[in-house]
Amino acid sequence: MPGIAEMLKQLRPTFLNRRRTEALPRAYLFNYRRLWGLAVLILAVVALLPLLIITIINYRVTERSIESEAYLRTANLVANTHRTISYFLAQRRAALDFIIHDNHRDDLQDPGRLAMLLHNLNQSFGEGFVDLGIIGADGQQRAYVGPYALKHVDYKDQPWFHHVQTEGDYISDVFLGFRQVPHLVIAIKQDCPDGGCYVLRASLGIGPFAELLSGIELSGRGDAFMVNAQGVLQSPSRYHGDVLQPMNLPVPQASVHTEVMAHTTEGGESLLIGYRFIENTPFILMIVKKKEDLLSHWYKTRVRLRIFLALSVSAIVAVILGMVSFIVGRVHLADEKRLATLHQMEYANKMATIGRMAASVAHEINNPLAIVGEKAGLIKDLFTFKAAYSEDPKLVGLIDNIITAVQRAGRITKRLLTFARNLEAKIERVNLPETIQEVLSFVERDAQHRNIQIDTRIGPGLEALCLDRGKLQQVILNIVNNAFAAMGQSGQLKIEAAPTGSAGFRLSICDNGPGIAPEDLSRIFEPFYSTKKSQGGTGLGLAITYSLIQEMGGKIRVESRLGEGTCFVMDLPLNSETTCPKASPCASS
Amino acid sequence: MRILLVDDEVELVSALAERLELRGIEVAWAGSGKDALALAASQDFDLAVLDVKMPGMGGLALKERLAEKHPGLKFIFLTAYGSEQDFNCVASDIGAQFYLVKPVAIEELIAAIKTTLEEDGQGDE
Repeated sequence: MPGIAEMLKQLRPTFLNRRRTEALPRAYLFNYRRLWGLAVLILAVVALLPLLIITIINYRVTERSIESEAYLRTANLVANTHRTISYFLAQRRAALDFIIHDNHRDDLQDPGRLAMLLHNLNQSFGEGFVDLGIIGADGQQRAYVGPYALKHVDYKDQPWFHHVQTEGDYISDVFLGFRQVPHLVIAIKQDCPDGGCYVLRASLGIGPFAELLSGIELSGRGDAFMVNAQGVLQSPSRYHGDVLQPMNLPVPQASVHTEVMAHTTEGGESLLIGYRFIENTPFILMIVKKKEDLLSHWYKTRVRLRIFLALSVSAIVAVILGMVSFIVGRVHLADEKRLATLHQMEYANKMATIGRMAASVAHEINNPLAIVGEKAGLIKDLFTFKAAYSEDPKLVGLIDNIITAVQRAGRITKRLLTFARNLEAKIERVNLPETIQEVLSFVERDAQHRNIQIDTRIGPGLEALCLDRGKLQQVILNIVNNAFAAMGQSGQLKIEAAPTGSAGFRLSICDNGPGIAPEDLSRIFEPFYSTKKSQGGTGLGLAITYSLIQEMGGKIRVESRLGEGTCFVMDLPLNSETTCPKASPCASS
Repeated sequence: MRILLVDDEVELVSALAERLELRGIEVAWAGSGKDALALAASQDFDLAVLDVKMPGMGGLALKERLAEKHPGLKFIFLTAYGSEQDFNCVASDIGAQFYLVKPVAIEELIAAIKTTLEEDGQGDE
């Protein structure tokens, strides 16, 4: 499970984890959370909806087709069995019909003849005929052969006797009768020339019926049996009751055709019931099959289909998530770079403005400063050159103070001008120790106030680099300012530089501040990533530093331990261009 | 040794002239390019110290005019606009030995004057 969680984490774009930078002066081009969600949704709908619709339609069509096939197979079985049963009954009826027409009434009333006929019937049709009887028009049994003592039984009040009198023939339900054994009766009336009539009555055991029905090939847990119109079982059933018991299924509606219906039992079992009314008999043939058995192959296929669908959907969703996360992530990255570039441009622009202002201020101040300086110098000269005043050390000291102050102000304006000049991108000869000192001169007062000691160790051979001085100064100033902010009110800053081989040098700036948390360390050069948002940090200082180092053809990395301090290590080329502008003869003066 | 000082800051140029004179250097000064040209027409100078930015005729234009009439004249530029490191390089391009940034110490100016004239004496340029 952790593997899957990790995989899902991979599919989640990194920008969703970003903290919102509310204070950004410029906005992103898109709402990336919304864009990502929308893209995932649209792609998922476009890719999955047709697949799901086609699968559902296909699923339904296949299921219906398989169900139809099951209905058809059941209907065929019912129709075939119906033919067999009908033929079975018609044969026996026809045999009795033949007997009654072929034999004279008197012959039939001869028990010997009747016994012979019963014997012959059983010989021809197999065991099944139980007895034979001849009943007169008055309902009295005149002759009887069979295992029961039924001679002289009076049938005149029996409903079947009236039926056969009016209809000419009769096939009974299965019933117990006088003998108390389940059987059915076939009776045929024969009219005599003298106007009287008599009835040939044969009873059949239900054994042949049961054999006939049990001989049907039924897959699984199928059942074939017969019921009458009241739903009483006429043959044994495997699952729905015994002979002459009411069956536990609904009685089918009357129909002249083979019918198949679905039925769900109280136990929730789905059944397919095929039935057919057998013409001119009280019997209904029923074949009951469990849907589960009939559709078992489909159910297995259905499970495979569902697994396949689930896997396909998962794969599609994973691909969509992966692709959208990748593409939107790239767009987000590009947008971040665009914003960072815009901010960098703004920053450069701001720096250029500061540079121009510094130059302008320096110029405006330099002239009056020069006048003060020269006037003070002249006063001092007058005192010095005229003996009367040269003896007054206090006056000369005061003038010296003015001149010293003017020179100090002059150094500040010159430094401002140098800094302003360096803001323009220009590859030139750079003296690294001097450049570092120039940067440090801007922060030396701050360092004194904060009680921060600065230890600088610059190795030999770094006095004539060929680099963009302005960029180098900005980089050093940014990192030094960050270190000051981290150290707070006391600390130690170490700046070290030494050549690494013949083509490069390493500059490291280390503080002994509180250090950077590991989770921040890996993202410290990302634009807009700031741990000082609450203190007004824009998250751009180190991002700009990173790009400035890249522009100079170098690399920067950060090492930090919580509670021990942070080191920024920069590897830079000694010459960032193959042809460096020649060192001006006056550059070092 | 005669020096021509030109700067639109009259207070500055007059004080500077007086200080140089106290050190035995013969100096004439002008508050504009036009006055400087008038002075140069009537007197000879060994060296001109010119302010770069002046209303009307700037230091660079004045240098061109003076150099036409006095081919041997040497130049030092003064400016309130820039740093020495930067402008020393520019100075060599425009044919000036020094390019000094205000406020300039008198010792520094004298050193620059001497260096320029001594090099002239050696015939380097």
